[in-house]
Amino acid sequence: MTTLMKGTRWGRPELYTDYRQEMALLNTRSKKAGTIAIIALAAVLPLTVADDLLAILYAGLILAIGAIGLNLVTGYAGQVSLGHAFFVGIGAYTAAVISGDPDDRRLGYGIELMPVWLLGAGLAAALCGALIAPVATRLRGLYLAVVTLGLVFIGQYLFREFREISGGAEQSRRAAEPTLFGMNLTEDGAWTEEQKLYWFGLGLLIVMAVLARNVARSRIGRALQAIRDRDVAAGVMGVDLTRYKVIAFTLSSFYAGICGALLYASIGSFTPERFGLLMSVQFIAIVLIGGVATISGTIMGAMLIALLPRIAGELPAFVPFLSGSPSEHPNVFEFQEVMYGVLIVVFLLFEPRGLFGIWHRVRTYWKSFPFSY
Amino acid sequence: MTEFLGAVSGGVGLGAVYTLLALGFVIIYKSMQVISFAQPAFMFAGALLVTYLTPQIGFFLGVVVAAIGIAAVGLVVERLAIRPMVGKPVFVIAIITIGIDVIVRTIGGAFVGRDPRQIGDPWGNQTFDLAGVTIYQRHVAAVVVTTLLVLALLAFFRWTPIGLAMRASALDQEAAMAQGVSVGSVFAISWALAGALATVAGVFAATNTGGSMDRNLWLVALAALPVIILGGLDSLGGAVLGGLIIGVLQQLVAVYHRDWFPFLDTNLREITPYLVMLVVLLVRPHGLFGTKEVERV
Repeated sequence: MTTLMKGTRWGRPELYTDYRQEMALLNTRSKKAGTIAIIALAAVLPLTVADDLLAILYAGLILAIGAIGLNLVTGYAGQVSLGHAFFVGIGAYTAAVISGDPDDRRLGYGIELMPVWLLGAGLAAALCGALIAPVATRLRGLYLAVVTLGLVFIGQYLFREFREISGGAEQSRRAAEPTLFGMNLTEDGAWTEEQKLYWFGLGLLIVMAVLARNVARSRIGRALQAIRDRDVAAGVMGVDLTRYKVIAFTLSSFYAGICGALLYASIGSFTPERFGLLMSVQFIAIVLIGGVATISGTIMGAMLIALLPRIAGELPAFVPFLSGSPSEHPNVFEFQEVMYGVLIVVFLLFEPRGLFGIWHRVRTYWKSFPFSY
Repeated sequence: MTEFLGAVSGGVGLGAVYTLLALGFVIIYKSMQVISFAQPAFMFAGALLVTYLTPQIGFFLGVVVAAIGIAAVGLVVERLAIRPMVGKPVFVIAIITIGIDVIVRTIGGAFVGRDPRQIGDPWGNQTFDLAGVTIYQRHVAAVVVTTLLVLALLAFFRWTPIGLAMRASALDQEAAMAQGVSVGSVFAISWALAGALATVAGVFAATNTGGSMDRNLWLVALAALPVIILGGLDSLGGAVLGGLIIGVLQQLVAVYHRDWFPFLDTNLREITPYLVMLVVLLVRPHGLFGTKEVERV
């Protein structure tokens, strides 16, 4: 028996002898093999998949980073935030300003070194999160949701108002261009722009996801989940509510900032109108569809939401009454927007644990195969 | 002074719209402790329905029919999407209402078309002078209708058996149930009422901009969320007073923006309600008239 307990084991017996073992990242051998297989598959994908689809997948990878941030504050800590788009916007503009061309009409410092503007974007957003958190910690539940909703509108106002940064309402500004090892990722070279961006996004997502997972299974993560389950009880157990809520908001905003800095790298530019309520709803949808308080689920949800326009675009060929042009109704753009709502409602009604829940059920079915009822 | 009073009269007209919306929010909140983020969509759909009905059956009948229609939509939504979730955490229900909002609003948006639609109200841009102050008829109409509706609601809660049941279940759901109150029908009625109120609010939100509506009308309803925060989530009186305060403040900022905030280019009007809300929440986290949550540790 003792040899069985050591190290990782095959999936079947869920017998843990210590806490460390239960909390391990890849606690079973099949999980380890599966994760390696998925990462390997994701890494070779750009060699076979068309570039336009890769650009969508890149957006999905970056959305996943932002959604993981929202999941930390909403999923793990239970603080519903509708203001995620604001922090994404802060990240996008900070990155654009730091790396922007100094001779341009808009403010830019011309520091093209990626770690500088990427971290700068994350930290600027985190700072905003930390500034807002004290307000947020005074509020609970739906009051918080309404206040963060107000934050989106105030943020959009600020983005429009600071013209030297954004150019004003409905004016676009160039997004920061990622460069790695002296190679501009947004220019075609030995590999195409989309391939390079995809690989970069994949690498960054893995780093950020592991980081989030580690936070979630550490002291901080346990404190956040205690606050979510019952804040009074958490307080009684000695969890400093204010401190951990501030940590949750700051971390979540950091992720949002990173997401914002990179989200428009492949499109090339963005306007203040991007960071509206719809984006916040999109992030909420990702978290709910993927699975509340799961990292892997969030990535699945982000991919689904990112692919939704593409799926919708293919539909007119199969569904005769759906039109591909925006001037006719019903068209694919409306379908796509309706789907955000439909997916939220359907998942909450029928599969509250999201895509992760479906996966979990499939996994349990095979695990206990002959007796899976 | 006349400019100031003119702004106040416009603000009261706007405040009437916020009051109607806020009443819908508060009624739903009192019955099921949830903020319904679907109110903007109901308001939008209601105003849209009126633009289609007015050419057929006239404006006033159109508003009544549309209000009944949206109340019916509210009933259906409540039965299909909200009722199965009773007992789940409130934030889950609130997010479902966000989903419903997106669905209803997008479907409605398909019927708007490219140009703004005319609501066909009889007031238009007509004005009259009162002691030198120019007052728009549409604002008077909004205030009169809102006052009548508020009085009717108060009477409804005070004297009808259903109103009594709603008050009872707002006070204590289990005790009300034990006394034979059908809590399910209380939920249904509160959603229907909120839908009908949102329709009337949507009509006046459209007349406030000169009688036309476009896809962005729903944003007005989101500005009613600060109103209920200001007034307190569970206070009908707070909704009325909060609506008036926010409406008047917003209109004053719109008119005096250049004098008060010369350093800001974009008019602060749009975000005034949210800024007021932030300040109020810092001072009084439960709004002006909201019930303070008792927390025993």
